[in-house]
Amino acid sequence: MSIAIPKITLARRPVVTKILESRKDELLITGLGAPTWDVASVSDHQNNFYLWGGMGGAVSTGLGLALAKPERRVLVFTGDGEMLMGLGSLATVAVQKPKNFAVIVLDNERYGETGMQKTATASGVDLSLVARGVGFHIARTIWTLDELSEATNEIYSAHGPVFYDVKVQRSDDPMVLPE
Amino acid sequence: MVESVSWSDKVFSVLCEAEVKQVAYVPDAGHQRLIKLCIDYNEIKHVPLTSEQEGIALLGGAWLGGERGALLMQSSGVGNVINMLSVPNECRFPLLMIVTMRGEWAEFNPWQIPMGQAVETTLKAMGVIVLRAAEECLISETVSSASKLAFEGGRMVAVLISQRALGQKDWNK
Amino acid sequence: MLFRRDAVHKILEKRENSAVVTGIGNASHDVASAGDHPLNMYLFGVMGGAVMTAFGVALAQPERRVVVITGDGEVLAGIGSLATVGVERPSNLSIIVLDNQVYGATGGQLTHTAAGVDLVGIARASGIVNSVLIKDQKGLERALPEVYEKPGPYLAVVEVSPQSAPRVDVPKDGTFTARRFRSAINQEIKDHG
Repeated sequence: MSIAIPKITLARRPVVTKILESRKDELLITGLGAPTWDVASVSDHQNNFYLWGGMGGAVSTGLGLALAKPERRVLVFTGDGEMLMGLGSLATVAVQKPKNFAVIVLDNERYGETGMQKTATASGVDLSLVARGVGFHIARTIWTLDELSEATNEIYSAHGPVFYDVKVQRSDDPMVLPE
Repeated sequence: MVESVSWSDKVFSVLCEAEVKQVAYVPDAGHQRLIKLCIDYNEIKHVPLTSEQEGIALLGGAWLGGERGALLMQSSGVGNVINMLSVPNECRFPLLMIVTMRGEWAEFNPWQIPMGQAVETTLKAMGVIVLRAAEECLISETVSSASKLAFEGGRMVAVLISQRALGQKDWNK
Repeated sequence: MLFRRDAVHKILEKRENSAVVTGIGNASHDVASAGDHPLNMYLFGVMGGAVMTAFGVALAQPERRVVVITGDGEVLAGIGSLATVGVERPSNLSIIVLDNQVYGATGGQLTHTAAGVDLVGIARASGIVNSVLIKDQKGLERALPEVYEKPGPYLAVVEVSPQSAPRVDVPKDGTFTARRFRSAINQEIKDHG
């Protein structure tokens, strides 16, 4: 059976801008690489903790923070490559059931810092299905602006843990150094 | 049955006194009792991991959120944490690891030997202060000392509990 | 005789945006007890480095007054630094030495100043022309404007009673205090380099 794969039309910076428009006092963890540049360029903030190493650790770092601060919402922004390296951490999160926890993967299906090699998501590995499989409360792949709008509300207020694999185009956005 | 207080119970008290609130682990037979004590205690959030490096990152997040934690693992798991140690190293997160050793004393499984022999060198290479508890009676005071170095000194510290101190278990049980 | 806490609090009243470096021991507690401040850099662990550390800051921040508050034992351990300061003459550096004549943190053993070693004399001989001895409240009040306004380098040995003061919670995480100090001192610096 052949399934039509939607075309990727969303661009990463506008996606991050849209999501972070509504931020208030949420705590953000960003995975190394492009997500760190994206968040820093759109919304540098004292409540952001940027990872520049420890690939695979973004979700786990966010979990430790979410467990320590149950009254605060924790958002983890990361990339597909980084998420794949810490895939098991999704299971660890699901077992803990943190209500205050959201993961947003900016999925361009590429390892951005090392020459744009394809990641597993380029070959059909479905991250949101993995998240659903381990037991995330909500887990969806986002392809369109409408889906993104709907997801944005959930990111801030849905009972967690929630997971969004946002398919974004490959691009060459300027690498803004977070301060 | 009256049992003498095990090292695990003493270490559990040390962790409670140090106000540890998150305990992460990949289950290990040597840590069985300590893990159970943490699971049964409401004031500690116990986090079973799919791989040990998650624990390093988790405890960084915990510290960012104001809480102390500890990572319990077997020596084989140390191999899984090496790169993730860059994060607490660079960011100066306190880190307490309690490692049950394999591959060094009456080890029946040769596959445990490589990592068992490499634990101390690899941890030290990443800047971790390594303390060893070579006998059962020294375990809890070593963990206590390590917790002070970690939480009051702001350092990465690992306590290696010697395989000899754990006793020769019959793994076939 | 002057009580160390009161003397230090009095000195710090007019600090405004001066940077303060403290020497290991009682001086850190004296300064912290007046209120922790991002422009305080508390040194721990090593004797003898306070004056030079403050000097480095003074060179980097020519528009800002830098005050180092330390003890007689600590200054004695780095006595050569007075010569370095005396030769370079940083005009924005003030050195306050609280002289209680004992090593406070180690059981109160007498320091060399108890046997007559004259720190003011050494400072003047090292080239720090503005070196004074303060023995009482009047002397302190007279000296105060000079700490902050007189072109330095300035050194004041403040004789204080050996009576110890309660220890306070001084931040001991050097990474934290160093970066906090650095970022307070220069709003533009956000990174290692």
